[in-house]
Amino acid sequence: MKLIIENLSLSRAGQEIVTDISFELSAGEALIVTGENGSGKSTTLRGVAGLLPLSGGSVTLLDETGKQFEGETREYCHYLGHQNGMKPALTVRENLDFWQKFCGEPDLTIEQALEEVDLAHTIDLPFSYLSAGMKRRVSIARLLVSDRPIWIVDEPTAGLDAQSSKMFTNLCQTFCKGGGILIAATHLPLGIKTEKTLEIKALR
Amino acid sequence: MTALLKREILLSIRAGGSALTGVLFFLAVVSVFPFAVGPDTKLLSHLAPAILWIGALLASLLGLDRLFAQEREDGSLDMLVMQSHPLALTIFVKALAHWIMTGLPLVLATPLFGVMLNLSPLGIGATMITLLAGTPAISFIGAVGAAVSVKLPRGGMLISVLVLPLVIPVLIFGVAAITGALEDPAPFTAPFLFVCAITLFTSVLGPLAASIMLRHSAD
Repeated sequence: MKLIIENLSLSRAGQEIVTDISFELSAGEALIVTGENGSGKSTTLRGVAGLLPLSGGSVTLLDETGKQFEGETREYCHYLGHQNGMKPALTVRENLDFWQKFCGEPDLTIEQALEEVDLAHTIDLPFSYLSAGMKRRVSIARLLVSDRPIWIVDEPTAGLDAQSSKMFTNLCQTFCKGGGILIAATHLPLGIKTEKTLEIKALR
Repeated sequence: MTALLKREILLSIRAGGSALTGVLFFLAVVSVFPFAVGPDTKLLSHLAPAILWIGALLASLLGLDRLFAQEREDGSLDMLVMQSHPLALTIFVKALAHWIMTGLPLVLATPLFGVMLNLSPLGIGATMITLLAGTPAISFIGAVGAAVSVKLPRGGMLISVLVLPLVIPVLIFGVAAITGALEDPAPFTAPFLFVCAITLFTSVLGPLAASIMLRHSAD
């Protein structure tokens, strides 16, 4: 599996935010996107995830034989943005159960996924009762309940304490070892062997 | 998709009971009419179909502004849009859930409010059937309005302004069908079939239009 980004350009409200971004990632590789605030990290990630129309360039996903995957690249991605994408009125179990069924391709069970993020005891609590860091960990558990070959995570460790950040790093390592492709906008070194970095400079 | 339907229904039960809000609003609209019209029961029963339809129409608009705006605020919209399911189908299910939790309770509350307006049993039956056939169209057209105003912090007013002109045909044929059932020379079947046709038509076109809108309003 290979994710190829060629000459990616993205604009918002008619203004170019990023231009000519190119990189290639193979199965098991990770890309760390860095850059100062407002340089276009999130925009780039959303562009790759298919959430923003591209103003130039292309995003292609090839399988081992060099053939293009069926459908859009976004269908193979998990995206974790700044918001958690969980409903405060539902319990943790109901939230994760919905995303597992809606995304399909079930991987870990909800109990196992919560065990991974060390939150097994909150399974029947309403999501709104959790602290900011715990909410973040539940949304990390969302990445585990459905199987997707690509993870696109934007500031995944925002609000997490040192121990939880370590836990997330471990999850990323396991994911990449299993042949996943990871794109992360983070300042945290993830300690993955095949780690590439991309620094985005603000266009001014 | 059943998971989405289940979640939507669960959410509207948990988050303050939107079903009950709709019925209460319906009650408020319907119950002010007798005060305004006066104690003329004959006039009131003549106006009842129109009053019930207007009340149902306004009550159905409740909660439409939250249909996508809330998903966008908590980040769920990104994931809803990214999946391999057709986006129009996702929107169809969300609109259907909106109807089940706001439109359907209105249909069930109609007999009670019909009695308040001195409507005959036949009239109540006809009103229920036309509301059952017609109110889904309001949710489907409303989904387009909700998609257009997804980025606006106070989209509720805009949705009403956008959606009301489009649902006027449903109102016209709905009330015409009830009148047809109550008064002899006027037909019931023809306007009722028009209501059904509009609902079927909008159930396809509404979600499609809303999905195009949501894809283009990405930010």
